[in-house]
Parts: sequence; C-alpha cells; structure tokens
Amino acid sequence: MTAATLPALRDGLDLVVADVIERPGGIRSIALAAPGGEELPGFTAGSHLVVGCGERANAYSLTGEGIFPESYTLSVLRRDEGRGGSAFMHTLAVGDAVRASRPRSAFAPVADARLHLLIAGGIGVTPILSHARAAAAWGRRAAILYVHAPGSDAHLDDLEDVARVAGFELVACEGRAALPQALAGFLVDRPLGSHLYTCGPEGFMERVLGEARAAGWPEDRLHSEAFGSAQLDPGAPFTATLARSGERVNVPAGVSLLEALEGAGRAIPNMCRQGVCGECVLAVRGGRPLHRDSYLSDDERESAIMPCVSRCVDTELELDL
Amino acid sequence: MITTAARLDRFPFPFRDDTYRYSTNVEPARGAQETAAGLWGDRILEIDDGYARELELRARILSSDPTRAATAPHMRAAEWDALVYCLSELAASYPETMSFTREGTRLRWVNALQGLELEAAYGDDASLPGGPLAFLATQIQEDIALLDQRENALWLDAGVVTFAADWSMGFDTGMRFLEIHGPVPRIHEERIIARAHQFLLRMQPHDAFRRTNWTMSVDGRLDTSTESYPEWGPDRVEVVDDPALPDRLHLRVEVQHLIRLPHSGAIMFLIRSYLEPLRALAEVPGWAERIGNVLRELPEDMADYKGITRYRHRAADWLLSRANPSRR
Repeated sequence: MTAATLPALRDGLDLVVADVIERPGGIRSIALAAPGGEELPGFTAGSHLVVGCGERANAYSLTGEGIFPESYTLSVLRRDEGRGGSAFMHTLAVGDAVRASRPRSAFAPVADARLHLLIAGGIGVTPILSHARAAAAWGRRAAILYVHAPGSDAHLDDLEDVARVAGFELVACEGRAALPQALAGFLVDRPLGSHLYTCGPEGFMERVLGEARAAGWPEDRLHSEAFGSAQLDPGAPFTATLARSGERVNVPAGVSLLEALEGAGRAIPNMCRQGVCGECVLAVRGGRPLHRDSYLSDDERESAIMPCVSRCVDTELELDL
Repeated sequence: MITTAARLDRFPFPFRDDTYRYSTNVEPARGAQETAAGLWGDRILEIDDGYARELELRARILSSDPTRAATAPHMRAAEWDALVYCLSELAASYPETMSFTREGTRLRWVNALQGLELEAAYGDDASLPGGPLAFLATQIQEDIALLDQRENALWLDAGVVTFAADWSMGFDTGMRFLEIHGPVPRIHEERIIARAHQFLLRMQPHDAFRRTNWTMSVDGRLDTSTESYPEWGPDRVEVVDDPALPDRLHLRVEVQHLIRLPHSGAIMFLIRSYLEPLRALAEVPGWAERIGNVLRELPEDMADYKGITRYRHRAADWLLSRANPSRR
C-alpha cells in the first residue's frame, strides 16, 4: 500500500513546499502552501497534518494559531532510527509537491480554562507554540515551560515573541536534568480551573503528568499529545484470533496489530496509524487489550482496540473479525 | 398558488416512509435531495421570500426578550468562527447579492438584500453591531447554537434562538447536549442520543452534516418557544374543531446543520424552520397520504412530546380523505 491510498490523504490537499528553515539540533521547519496561493482551511490550535512521505504517512503538528493560515508550518526532527518519514521530510526542497491531509484536531485547547499551562519537551514544542499563539490571539492566559537539549532550542525565539507581546510567563531550560526543579515550581499555586497541556518524548510526558497528579491536578485538566515524540516501544509478541474465521495471526514485537492484519490480507480502514483518528477501531471479544491510543473513551476500552498502536496484555487477543 | 408552488419546491419534506421513528438520521451537508415537489439541501444556508419578514420578527423578539440570545466569554473565538463560516457560505451560495472578502484580518461584507456594506476587524467585537454572533443573527434566517467541547462533552454556551420549537434557549444555556435532550422519549433506551453525541464529539474541522426534525404548529407561528407558550398553547386546543384546520395547521420541518468550526473547534448548530399549511402540502402528489399515515401511526409518547396529540387524528383524517376521496 502506498501513502497515496490512505483515506486521510485521498480526501486531503495538494500542497507545495513554500519555505524551508534549517534549525540547530537536526530540526527543520517547512512551510506548505496551496500551489496557486489559494486560501487554506483554518484549524484549531494543537492540530496536525498527516503528510505523505513516500510509502508512508506521518503526522506532524502545526505551529501556527490556525486563523486564516497562508501556509501550514511544521517542524521535523531528523530521526535516522525512525520509520523514514523524518528523513523524507528533510529531503524536501522549495517547490516540491506534497500530499497532505486536511488539518486534524486531537489536542485542542479548553476554551474556558482560567490558565493554560503549556509544557514542551524537545520537538514537542510544535503544538505548544500553536497553543501559545492561539491563547495570545484570544486574550487567554498562558504560562509556558520549554525543556530542550543544549544547543537545540528550536522555536524558543518564537515563544519569546509571543510571551513578550501577550505577557505570558515563559521558562526555558536546557537538558532533561533541569526538568524536576523546573516542574516543581511550575505546577503549583495555579488558579483553580487551570488546564495543563504537554507534548514531548513519551518519558518526558509521563514525568510531567506524574508530577502533576502528585501535585493534585485532576485527570480531566491534563492533556497530552504524543506526536513529534519518540516511537512507541516495540511491545511483546502476541497472537490475534479472528473469531469469525478462526484464523490466527501472529503479531511479532515491533509490528503493529494493524500491520499484521494487513499482512494477513485483511483491509482495515485506517487513517493516522498513530492512535488518534479512530478510523481503524476493532471490536474485541476476548483477551485484555494494552491500550496505547489517545482516541477511545474509558467505556469503549472495555470492548474495542485501536490496532495501529495498541497491543495485548495477554498472549492472545480475540477480535470480532 | 404560484407562490405556494415556488415555496414548496424547496420544502424539505421529511418523511421517507409511512411511519416515523427517531433515528440518528445524519447525512453529509450540501447533498441535493429530490422530493415530489422539487429539490432541497444543496446549500447550507437558505434565503427565501420570508427573509425580510423573519429577520424583522427575530429583531422584535430579541428586543422584547433578550434571553433568546446568550453567550459566554470563552465563546468569542467560536462566535467569530461562526460569522466567517456563514458569511463565506452565503457569499458562495448567493454571489449575485452577497460578497465576503478579506485582507489580512480586515473583513468586508456586502448584502444587497439589506442594502448593507460594512467592514470589520476579525477578533474585535466592537467592530460589528452587537458583536459577531448577534450580527450574524441579523443576516441569516437560521437560528444559531454554538456548543463548546470539553470534558468529553458538548456544552450549549452561546446562541441566538428566536424560533425554538417548544424549548428555551435561556433555560438550556450552559447545559450539556445530553442534558438538553433529556426529555425526548425513546432516544435514550435506543441509544440514539448517545450515538449522536459520540458522532458529534468526533467531527473534524470543517465537517458538515445535516438532519431533519419535524413537528406541527398552528397558524404558521415561528416562535413556539417555552417563553411564549401562553400565546400559542391554547391554539392547539382551539384548532381541533375549527373547519379552517387544514389552513391553520402547519407541518413544521427543521433542517439542522451540524458543523465543526475550524478554528475554535466548537460545534455550530444551525436550525432552520420551514412551515407550510396542510392544504398547500396536500397539493403535492403523494404528500397528503404520506403525512396522514405518519400522523395516524405515530406512537402516543412521541405525539405527546411533539405536542400534537389533540389534533393529529383530525389532521390525519383530513389528509387521508384528500388522498383517497373515494373513501369519504
């Protein structure tokens, strides 16, 4: 299957690379525009685009605030150990054609929050910058914490501009070692009705959310976005049983359930392949799913699974297929 | 007769069968739907010969009862989103009388039907008379409700609703979508409303869907809100034995559009009400029999909720006698 046949891209947009900016730390910012300069659909802060990268499609967060965008701007960290999407994005040149989805929202701000606490780790700064810009545009209050590797402070200048104009608190610090102390001061003494948004590597977000819970933050005030961060761990192998045919499909470590089913000749509708869009949802009849998506509600988790990212706690998972 | 026929050719006839039950009857917006009288649904916003009259009525209702409009401070982004979406839509549907252009964040709106030309600055509430939502309500016949999404729920946090069919914008403001639909019979047991809720929560930016709903009202009255009940409630009794029932009793069809606004992420409900008297509807081949059968068969709890119990069998008798004159 090539990326062009993914539903998100089929109903998507033909764009061209309008600008490329190389940043320190192997990060590259790309602006995508309509070929004839036509208007682009607006989007919600924290949205992402699914971009066709050769044989694959990858999701990238947009950095703009989403009002009348003249281009879609995204920033990609080159990751040679990844699936190849980031390497593809780093070969693009101005004028190249790109197929992308329409902007999709899965990390939206809560409009009535008293304060938006925005916490970025590394390349996770991209949706955080979008949130900061939208908060500034609508006169919402925000405070920003940005933890980055030494010499890799992409978009710090943009955050500084937004913070200065809007009067937002901005804390930037270098290196993961600085996180505990920065967090300790950042999470406490916030007004009731504050919401926290974090994006960064998986371990980073776990740390942020863990500290927030320990500081008494209720679950429904915590929001996280896994894009732009580390790959999910490969997981343990298991076997999927297809209840209607009795067929058994092995799912090795490092291969997703969705990929394994496709390998067995099953066409499962899918879009983002990152546990966000909900398109590939399957009904579970037996076995305990290991949920790693950000789509299903708690109720739904009892009887459904997103095979693009989720796996199985047990050695066997029975699907209604 | 010519004006009736012209209106009926855009009438969103809601019955596809001789029986009616609630369902999650959503379909993509902008799909043209053919009827025995014509075609409807090819655009989201519809301007018809009632434009000036209905907007004057809305202005009168709002000045005597400001609770029909409501908004919360956090809905500013949604209000501007709704304004830009609807004015763009109007300009695209009615280019001969309307235009909407933008330079940066400077907006320019021309509505020749109202002799109106104005400019506004996006995000600056003071740049539009009454602010973006109140102004939008002077440009479209549709009622507008804006739902904010948070805590995995949808909250009715802003709107201008002057033509409510037996509900109250003032009362429902600040409530959750599932609470608002609490009184509707059957839809909970049948999980219709839970499914609709999930569907709405998952709509992506720019997604636009529609559904129809229907009830009946006396004398073509648009404002049958809870607030004005003392004015229209008694008509429902009085019409039963009135020989003019076929002229006084109107089928009321709502076309509801559900749109995920792109920037704010709010859901915009647009509710447009179409009213036609039974006598006019009966002119269209097949409609008298179809409406008559639906009214006769409708279960009692649904008829009660729609408030049509007192007169529905009388209406069905008249319609079916028109459909099958030989049976009289």
